[in-house]
Amino acid sequence: MKKLIPSILVALAPLAAETFVIQNATVMTEGPKGIFKGSVVVKDGKIADLGEKVMVPAGATIIEAGGLYLIPGIIDCHSHIAGSGGINEGSVSVSSMVNIKDIINPDDISIYRALAGGVTTANILHGSANSIGGQTLPLKMRWGKSAEEMIFAGATPGIKFALGENPKRAGNPQGGRGAIGAIQIQARYPATRMGVEDVIREAFNDAKAYKAEWDAYDAKLAKGEHPIPPRTDLKLQALKEVLENKRYVHVHCYRADEILMMIRAADDNGFKVRTFQHVLEGYKVAKEIKEHGAGASTFSDWWAYKIEAIDAIPFNAALLTKKGVIVSLNSDDAELMRHLNTEAGKAMKYGGMSETEALAMVTINPAIQLGIDKTVGSIEPGKDADLVLYDGFPMSDFAKVTKVWIDGTQYFDRDKEVAEQAAKDAEKQQLLDKEKSAQRPQTNRRPNQ
Amino acid sequence: MKKLLVFSFLWCCTCAPAEGPSTIAITNAKIVTVSGQVYAKGTVVLKDGLIEAVGDNVTAPADAWVVAGEGMTVYPGLIDGLSTVGIPGAAPAGAGGGRGGRGAGTQAQTAAPAVPAAPAERSWGPGDRPQTTSWLLAADELQAGDRRVETVRASGITTAVTYPTRGIFGGQGSVIDLVSGEKPAEMVLVPAVGQYISMSGGRGFGGGGGFPSSLMGIIAYVRQLYLDANHYKLVKDAYASNPRGMQRPEYDRALEGLMASQRFLLPANQTIEIDRMLRFGAELKTISPTPQSMILYGARDAYRPDAVELLKKANVPVLLSLRWPAPPARNADADDSNETLRTLIERDKAPSAPAALVKGGVKFALYSDGTDAPRDFQRAVKKAIDAGLSREDALRALTIWPAEIYGIADRVGSIEKGKIANLVVTKGEIFDDRTQIVMVFVDGKKYVPEPPAAGGRGGPATDEPGAGGDR
Repeated sequence: MKKLIPSILVALAPLAAETFVIQNATVMTEGPKGIFKGSVVVKDGKIADLGEKVMVPAGATIIEAGGLYLIPGIIDCHSHIAGSGGINEGSVSVSSMVNIKDIINPDDISIYRALAGGVTTANILHGSANSIGGQTLPLKMRWGKSAEEMIFAGATPGIKFALGENPKRAGNPQGGRGAIGAIQIQARYPATRMGVEDVIREAFNDAKAYKAEWDAYDAKLAKGEHPIPPRTDLKLQALKEVLENKRYVHVHCYRADEILMMIRAADDNGFKVRTFQHVLEGYKVAKEIKEHGAGASTFSDWWAYKIEAIDAIPFNAALLTKKGVIVSLNSDDAELMRHLNTEAGKAMKYGGMSETEALAMVTINPAIQLGIDKTVGSIEPGKDADLVLYDGFPMSDFAKVTKVWIDGTQYFDRDKEVAEQAAKDAEKQQLLDKEKSAQRPQTNRRPNQ
Repeated sequence: MKKLLVFSFLWCCTCAPAEGPSTIAITNAKIVTVSGQVYAKGTVVLKDGLIEAVGDNVTAPADAWVVAGEGMTVYPGLIDGLSTVGIPGAAPAGAGGGRGGRGAGTQAQTAAPAVPAAPAERSWGPGDRPQTTSWLLAADELQAGDRRVETVRASGITTAVTYPTRGIFGGQGSVIDLVSGEKPAEMVLVPAVGQYISMSGGRGFGGGGGFPSSLMGIIAYVRQLYLDANHYKLVKDAYASNPRGMQRPEYDRALEGLMASQRFLLPANQTIEIDRMLRFGAELKTISPTPQSMILYGARDAYRPDAVELLKKANVPVLLSLRWPAPPARNADADDSNETLRTLIERDKAPSAPAALVKGGVKFALYSDGTDAPRDFQRAVKKAIDAGLSREDALRALTIWPAEIYGIADRVGSIEKGKIANLVVTKGEIFDDRTQIVMVFVDGKKYVPEPPAAGGRGGPATDEPGAGGDR
């Protein structure tokens, strides 16, 4: 019995970072080295060297990967896993005071499943119930570590906005008429697309006034005065950071008209949209998205699940790419998250992208969109050793992830996982049996036993 | 002598509140003082509600009513470190919870919202001070007629730290002695000891009740309230020093209640919640305009070494719930496929948490959390003892340790001269299956518990402390 806890902990604890060389793999770098067959050297959690021939450091562990494929860790630009207690603060349409950082749940099994699908970084977003949702941030899928340790250090935090059906419907079960049967509830503004725009513009009017108040205070401080500081308002503070270019805006959207509306609203208020999310009609306004400087994070071929998602085409990603927009493919879903590799593969069929272009949409492109491409997204010397080893061509349906490293530490090993399954099942059965025997009325108990 | 004893029992059988003698001596009993030695055969003298003397060479004063303690053991009165006793109707129904991945909260916004209980009270943001009654004092909410007082006292609990627990900022707890009196004020030992904060709120998730409707919303709200208190204090102080030419700050009772609290209680059951709340509590302490200390309550995962380590490192005292997780009722062909290994380990190991905390050197106290009826209480403590907690430490975790956590060890928590005369007298060792609680003294007044009746359970004292996670 006593053994149970330690064995679980050992199973969870990833192997510490060490110096190792993955050799004879087909390496799809997504960097300047392109695709080659050779080795990657990992030291102190970083990629130290790569090439057909490398110097093997003394004492390095050799990982033979003949016939296997090595790619950079997959990055999901739109995920809702690893949160506790709800992913929407849906009571109000401007909920910029809430922060995903406060509710990171490192115990969510979806993290481990994502890892098993090759995902090493995910942008954890607030839901889409609100015109302006909560504060967001990217996490590394360091399964077994604490909430703080999962946070992608140095990454610019974000905030989620949402347009269209979700924010206008949330809190308004009957289109804003405010009643469920005979019971009156107080409807939430907005209930229309016009209202969504108004809510966003009003919020930024408030944010600008708030910023002015703080700027005046800071100016007085600089002059050596000691004024009473303005009240800190968490809701407006986050928007002030948007205005100061310290926080990325990720906008959930579908229709071309609302994308243009958002670009106008952002331009009028002096901030940039970092990414349009879903952006299923993005192909219609690719030029405008490009001009604004926003990225697009879309689905490969998932649409028509609601009216505003009706006019989508599987060529969206390819068309946006052709217009020069940085495009990523995201999951928005714990299950889809496990096979983003094949989502990327679909772009080779729809739009005729090369394998490098396709894979970029789940590696280097989302890294650029999240502003973390200096450290992740490709296999290059000096970057974090976030690596995924596949047993076949990574964008094939048949490819399986065999090993995953983050910062040079191994967090997933398929063989180990499979080997340990029987022992875990046995532990579970033993505990169930123990519990059941305690529950049973113990009438058959003999004395002295 | 014998006559007197018989008489005293008769008098007690009427169960009238004790209007007994001012001096009582329990003689020739085993006395477990907790703070000092165990007297195999000693005497304890109670006078005017205080402990007058204790020892093995103490003689009963001539005017004392004498209780012949042969075959009995005397313990300090037990202290329930987190309760709602004395506040009728305070205990909310225990919210379910547990482990899992993304829960119902994730989808709640797209589904039709739950029908709110009071639509008119819908909150539109932190400014509406939702689910906040931080100014409430448990001492002011007490009702002398709360029948739970008698039930709880029959468990040997003489003192409770009782809280208003509704909403997010429930209000301030009070230390009360469980006397049955005419006036609630007689019960109050310390009127204000700290603020009860809940992370699950009273209205549940779903948005129908307004802001906040998620865990991150509650956390943001709690943070904003502390920030507001900070600013409020600045403005108030400036105004107090020079009101001329300055607009007066608007009175805010929510912030006044917060600032009046010398402690705050945060809930956490799972290790990740313990981690989350320890960090959040440390942050709140830095924002708070008034010095506040922190207590963590729940702590179900404290059987895990990583949780103990976190608590030890943070040096935060813990109130550990005695409501151990229980397996669901099962029939023969129950489907166990949804049970995770983690949940099973948790149910198996949870009662070993007190022993783990002792070993890890974490300051903690046990609290009843709805198990305060005599049979439940005894069973719950016994489970912890069976899982490795020494009897002595079990007693400490229900006497001197809660007293120390609340800074009242100078008046309760052990049998010492000058402390309040709160005692439990048993036949058999306390917390054993067959132990009989013969009498209980509170403020020197003697009560004889009625033999346990079936049923009559109180509700759990607190919401699922699990911070609403994963529901």
